[in-house]
Amino acid sequence: MNRGLPCVLSAMLVLAACQREERDTRPQSALGSGDQPAAVTALEPGGQRPASSNNKAGVFEANAFHLSEGKRLFNWFNCSGCHANGGGGMGPALMDQKWLYGSSIESIHATIRDGRPNGMPSFRDKIPDDQIWELAAFVRALSGNAPKSAAPSRDDDMMPHPSENRLPDAATLGKSP
Amino acid sequence: MNRLVCSVCCGAACMLLLAGCSGWQSALDPKGPAAGELAWLIWFFTALCTVVWLLVMAVLILPLARRPAPVGDPLVLDAAAERGKMRIVVAALAATALILVGLTLLSYFANRTLAAIGSDAALTIRVTGHQWWWEVRYENDQPNRILTTANEIHIPAGEPVRLVVTSTDVIHSFWVPNLSGKLDLIPGHENVLDLKADKPGVYRGQCAEFCGAQHANMSTFIIAEPRPVFDAWLKDQLRPAAAPVSTEAQTGHDLFLKRPCVMCHKIGGTIAGGTVAPDLTHIASRRTLAAGTLAMSRGNLAAWIADPQGIKPGAHMPVVGLNGDELNAIVAYLEGLK
Amino acid sequence: MSSADLAHGRDLAPQRAAAQKGDLAPERDGPRDTGLDDASLERWLARTWQTVPGIIGALSSVDHKIVARRYLITAFVFLCLGGLSAVAMRIQLSGPERGLIGPDRYNQLFTMHGVTMMFLFAVPIVQATGIYLVPLMVGTRNIAFPRLNAFSFWIYLSGGLFAWVSFALDMAPDVGWFSYVPLSGPEFGPGKRSDVWAQMITYTEVSSLAVAVATIVTVLKQRAPGMSLDKIPLYVWAMLVTSFVIVFAMPAVMITSTFLILDRLVGTHIFNPAEGGDVLLFQHLFWFFGHPEVYIIFLPATGMVSSIIAAFARRPVFGYLGMVLSLISVGFLSFGLWVHHMFATGLPKLGASFFTASSMLIAIPNGLQIFCWLATLWDGRPIIRTPLLFVFGFFFTFVAGGLTGVMLASVPLDLQVHDTYFVTAHFHYVLIGGSVFPLLGATYFWFPKITGRMMSERLGRWHFWLAFIGFNAAFFPMHIVGLWGMPRRVYTYPVELGWGNINLFITAGAVVLFLSFVLFTINLVYSASRGAPAGDNPWNAGTLEWATSSPPPSYNFARIPVVTHSEPLWAERDTLPVATGLRVDVRELVISTVAEAYPDVREKSATPSIWPLFAALAVGATFLYSIFSPWAVVWGAGPIAITLIGWFWPKGDPEDEE
Repeated sequence: MNRGLPCVLSAMLVLAACQREERDTRPQSALGSGDQPAAVTALEPGGQRPASSNNKAGVFEANAFHLSEGKRLFNWFNCSGCHANGGGGMGPALMDQKWLYGSSIESIHATIRDGRPNGMPSFRDKIPDDQIWELAAFVRALSGNAPKSAAPSRDDDMMPHPSENRLPDAATLGKSP
Repeated sequence: MNRLVCSVCCGAACMLLLAGCSGWQSALDPKGPAAGELAWLIWFFTALCTVVWLLVMAVLILPLARRPAPVGDPLVLDAAAERGKMRIVVAALAATALILVGLTLLSYFANRTLAAIGSDAALTIRVTGHQWWWEVRYENDQPNRILTTANEIHIPAGEPVRLVVTSTDVIHSFWVPNLSGKLDLIPGHENVLDLKADKPGVYRGQCAEFCGAQHANMSTFIIAEPRPVFDAWLKDQLRPAAAPVSTEAQTGHDLFLKRPCVMCHKIGGTIAGGTVAPDLTHIASRRTLAAGTLAMSRGNLAAWIADPQGIKPGAHMPVVGLNGDELNAIVAYLEGLK
Repeated sequence: MSSADLAHGRDLAPQRAAAQKGDLAPERDGPRDTGLDDASLERWLARTWQTVPGIIGALSSVDHKIVARRYLITAFVFLCLGGLSAVAMRIQLSGPERGLIGPDRYNQLFTMHGVTMMFLFAVPIVQATGIYLVPLMVGTRNIAFPRLNAFSFWIYLSGGLFAWVSFALDMAPDVGWFSYVPLSGPEFGPGKRSDVWAQMITYTEVSSLAVAVATIVTVLKQRAPGMSLDKIPLYVWAMLVTSFVIVFAMPAVMITSTFLILDRLVGTHIFNPAEGGDVLLFQHLFWFFGHPEVYIIFLPATGMVSSIIAAFARRPVFGYLGMVLSLISVGFLSFGLWVHHMFATGLPKLGASFFTASSMLIAIPNGLQIFCWLATLWDGRPIIRTPLLFVFGFFFTFVAGGLTGVMLASVPLDLQVHDTYFVTAHFHYVLIGGSVFPLLGATYFWFPKITGRMMSERLGRWHFWLAFIGFNAAFFPMHIVGLWGMPRRVYTYPVELGWGNINLFITAGAVVLFLSFVLFTINLVYSASRGAPAGDNPWNAGTLEWATSSPPPSYNFARIPVVTHSEPLWAERDTLPVATGLRVDVRELVISTVAEAYPDVREKSATPSIWPLFAALAVGATFLYSIFSPWAVVWGAGPIAITLIGWFWPKGDPEDEE
């Protein structure tokens, strides 16, 4: 036990750090979903959830580089045009715990990729798949669902809300109905 | 100690030999008045410093050649000799001070000369640094005459040009050594760099402030042309993009607008209007791709689109996942954008 | 001290002459060294000053020599790591467009190289040399604040481990040792990499501030009786000035790194231009530390050069007063020229020219030092041994580096060479030439004192010539390739610029330089066990550290010497006069007056304690946690307070009860 504890601790530290700090600029191969199925979906509110992927999608959420890339793309692709820095406008707010189409990263990925009724357009083919994962991971971080040690900090810009690593925990934001 | 003398001589010889070389990104091969002034300054300082260095080394080495004096009491010193040394040290110190004052004045006046270069610049170009490319905008009073391009800066030869430089992300530094010294591009600040190329030619420059993963591949080119050629170029660049001429290019055009390309890039005359990546309206008229990383050619264009992260790891251009036909079509379209 | 002694010391004036000859105070509260014969005195002192055997004893040690040895060995290990990262970079750059190391890893490598060499090697090793030598040179028994000194080592060690463990975890800082915002800021530096940089700075700065304070107090208050300010060895002067520079410069960088971590972790906007911050503020703060940092590394080296030259030229260094004044003025001026690192940021032209003038100005006191050394060597009777060879190497390279420094001081000229390999060449000439060569010379010079054995002269000469040739082959061509337009910090360069051959040559030079250090390591290991026994004063030098045995006993001097000359061993050929009257059953030191070094009072020196280690662990854990959460400061305060209470717990001495 005396020796085991430091070993376990350091092993955990190693794993956590690797996952958080790695900067893989070609993550598609890791996910194995570079090719996308035909552009037909049967989306409807409250419909079936997308099957959870082989759990590699979770890597995006725990990785600081992917989260920060997601944040960059969120601005570049003008997601704020409708979601207003996550606060919601024409589109729903992303900083609360209300998820119309599910809160899992797979659901958010599907939302961005295939669009949703009432306004969310489909970005299939418009955004490479790994960047959709990065965006989905960042959207989850907006509501305090990413590890604090990996979540992005503030931008060098006007400050619309506390940075993602300073947001209250998902638990305190209130559960979705 | 002979070896020490040897290496001194070898070093000096090497320096002279190597310094004769020239290059298209070299401070020693000036092609404009600012760089000329600076090259002169570099040579003058180098010569003076070499002389001082040789003198110091001579004073260090000469006593070693003399026969060693017998070892006596270390505290018994010849008072007269010490006084003589003191006089020499004070004289050397005075000489040092004099040289330094001279050099300070010299660099002050050189600085004034540099500042005077762009006082009558007719052309203002705004250069904005991005990770890892340069956005170039030719300012004009008429909004329809404002031109935005990337990475390559055409200027009229023999005329002073004013560059207003800034950055939207991190600090970069604009440096074309054949023409001028460097100036930082700092977010929240605007700096002004005046430069002039004496003769037509292509001068390479490179980001000189560490700016992240692809700092090494962030080059720029200044292309100095005679005034008429420059005017023609400017007029040409202001036109919208050429329409696709072949079926393949037409397919490429359609694909460009349907695929991720359209999210970031702009092609004038189409609905592609992204401003976060280089403007591609006349991409085929440029000499290089990806901020000087690759020479412009069909093969390189295809390679760059197929695997940007293999060529420039960390760059913001993602791997898009096109099949062979799609890739060929897009390349065919881009190749036509002269 | 007891108040009786203090009062006694204060009204001692008429008796001072007597005190210098012998008794400090009559025997009253314990056995004194006055009446003891040498053998029993040494037995008493050895028992009082010993480091207790065993692991706990070793961890509790407050002996300045033991702490300094640990520092030296740790700093040497970091030198090796920094050197290996340099070799890795040079192999990547040996040809155009090589794919050995990608940009992500390369950026971490060059950052770790800079950070390691500056914060984990150069500053600690010059301070460690000071920790070892200053108490010996001023003739006292231990450094001031010995527990703080021990604490500083543990903090330094944990900071170094922190940096290199994070490198192994792929989370090493990758934004350069200067870590400019916005690149290191919250938006462009995802993950914990820049936080690691920021807190690593805090660790190392806390430790070097602690050593600086201890060094200042040692020099000003613990000098042997009679060692007035004009008799202090030049090396000790250099360490004193350096320590003051550290005290004023280091807080600037601690503020910088704290601001950075606040921006990243708490979301302040100190460096955010959109909310009224400014990115250039970071550069001003950083270089206000960064330029004096160069002199922090260089000034102790000048002290080493002075010691070596005096010993081998067989005379005191010419122009003692001028040397001291130039040390002090370099210390002052070093704070007035930070802006020459920022000439390319578009400063107002007249303001920039002012900093040209101030940067040129510092060449004058540095020039004076060079001239004085040359005048010392002019008599033509130096004995050429390895330490002096390295001093010659120092002249050869440092003068060249200083002159290119004059070139960099010129605003317009700097605009062409700033951030190119020319600058890389310049500061390696200044730092390796100006500091590492003297340090290597100092190693050969003082190794016999530390181990009692001489280093191999034959291997030493090989080492010198390999290092000298390798160094110049590696760094001289960098001037040229810099003028050809090669910027710093690039992980690759294109074929068509024609920098390939010269870079291959540079890499070859770097490998030779690296091999010379392998040879040096062999020499160190071999000589430590098999070298010829050295004796007390192998070089026949004149300063006090050579008066005691090699290696020195735990109490340094059996009897505290009385100093009559700046080179006491040359002035008093037969036996040094000594002062007596110190207690031998407790750790007692002579405290002397600042200027004249009259013996003033007797003071107890701290006993060994494990608490500095515990305090360092608590502080280290707080720093580590603080890269993840600002609450670390709150949660860490408790354990730190507990360890400090343990550290300062009253021992029941009469002094504590007053």
